[in-house]
Amino acid sequence: MSVIVRLPSQLRTLVGGAGEVPVEASTVREAIVAVDVAYPGIAVRVLDDRGALRRFVNVFVADEDVRFLDGLDTVLEPGQTVSLIPAVAGG
Amino acid sequence: MSFATGLICRECGSAYPSEARYSCENCFGPLEVDYDLDAARRVVTRASIESGPASIWRYEALLPDPGVEPIDLGAGWTPLRRSTRLAEVLGVRELFLKDDTRNPTGSFKDRVVSVAMSSARRLGFTTAACASTGNLATSVAAHAAYAGWPSVTIIPSDLEKSKIAMAAIFGGVVLGVEGNYDDVNRLCVELVAEHEDWAFMNVNLRPYYAEGSKTLAFEICEQLGWRTPDQVVVPLASGSQFTKVAKGFRQFLDLGLVDGNAPTLFGAQATGCSPIATAFANGAEVVTPQRPNTIARSLAIGNPADGPYVLDELRANGGDCGSVSDDEILECIGLLARTEGIFAETAGGVTIASLRQMLERGTIDPEKSIVAIISGHGLKTLDAIVETATVSSTITPSLESAEEALSFHQLVAAS
Repeated sequence: MSVIVRLPSQLRTLVGGAGEVPVEASTVREAIVAVDVAYPGIAVRVLDDRGALRRFVNVFVADEDVRFLDGLDTVLEPGQTVSLIPAVAGG
Repeated sequence: MSFATGLICRECGSAYPSEARYSCENCFGPLEVDYDLDAARRVVTRASIESGPASIWRYEALLPDPGVEPIDLGAGWTPLRRSTRLAEVLGVRELFLKDDTRNPTGSFKDRVVSVAMSSARRLGFTTAACASTGNLATSVAAHAAYAGWPSVTIIPSDLEKSKIAMAAIFGGVVLGVEGNYDDVNRLCVELVAEHEDWAFMNVNLRPYYAEGSKTLAFEICEQLGWRTPDQVVVPLASGSQFTKVAKGFRQFLDLGLVDGNAPTLFGAQATGCSPIATAFANGAEVVTPQRPNTIARSLAIGNPADGPYVLDELRANGGDCGSVSDDEILECIGLLARTEGIFAETAGGVTIASLRQMLERGTIDPEKSIVAIISGHGLKTLDAIVETATVSSTITPSLESAEEALSFHQLVAAS
């Protein structure tokens, strides 16, 4: 199932400058891993050594914070966009 | 001159040059401005600070490099007032009010914007932008107008009318987003990736922006006669002001500029947006986001970026965090106005109500000195009080009618 992962500017150098990467995945975790398979180095920046989301990364699916959904296990629908967004903004 | 050396990741320690960058490439941690305090120690003295301007720029040595000259509307050096009547009502021995309503655009945001705009100019930017709950938008638009820059300020579309008007009057583009502040913030993080030539004060310029809040701590120390207070109550939205106030006290102590110990910091939140107070009360390590619903719109950040660091600071130093209802907020706006002649916005009501709450539960010591930060002017949130703060009586233009009303209000004896 094809979904789109939107990357913040901090990660774009790792994927050759692209802001969006299409991958095959059915959950948020699978989407992150799929990007990492294509472009190694993404997962280690987004996930900590226990495989949990780092505390300064926000992930949105269809404009909803995944912490209001099922976190990394949030199920994706075909064509949905997963946005990785630095948390240290605003205020 | 400034003793800032560059940027450093607060999570993993990665170092970066002094550029427009806000989160670490390795771990997404927040970047902050680093200083050569050993070099500063030999140069920065009480006398060198006292000879500076009556603004935040008297602390230039401990702020990011402003370049040639700062973009300065006169932020800071606001009064620290010894409270007598409110102190008596609250039953505390020594209470000071840091009256930051007295900034150029009526809130502490002028401190952070003057710092961020100046760094933005040094870095070559010529467009100012921000995500805002209102006060920041006003300050950015005003400083941009003064500097002759275009500005793009992005706010929730349903903010108080007075706050929207204050942001709009300076002539920049104001985008009202159909959503809450957290939606606005997320949009701005995506926008900054597409408009890298825009200086988003609290996104790509955030490390510089945040430093401006240290000046609250610097001024409090200097105005107390170069000593630290025992306890400080700080309103919490993203938590940035709180963490930088803590950093300011630490830096002054490190430099030997001030007598005393690091104060205990206390947070203040509205119950309708209390993610940090809730995490603190529950002993949680992570801050779970909330959907805000409170009249304290300037504090209505449901997903606070600096929440983890506020929790660390509260727990390390015996602090606490208030959580107060909208009714208490309104009551305490009135209490502060009636006892001290200070008209605060809703955030000020949150601070005073939280102070009272933490005194009641014994976490704030009434025998030790207390500073409460009043971060914004009441004219900004007139919507919150116009229904209740009204004429005492409506009368006809006759002596009889006036005397009858005065009698009713017990200003003269009933006839």
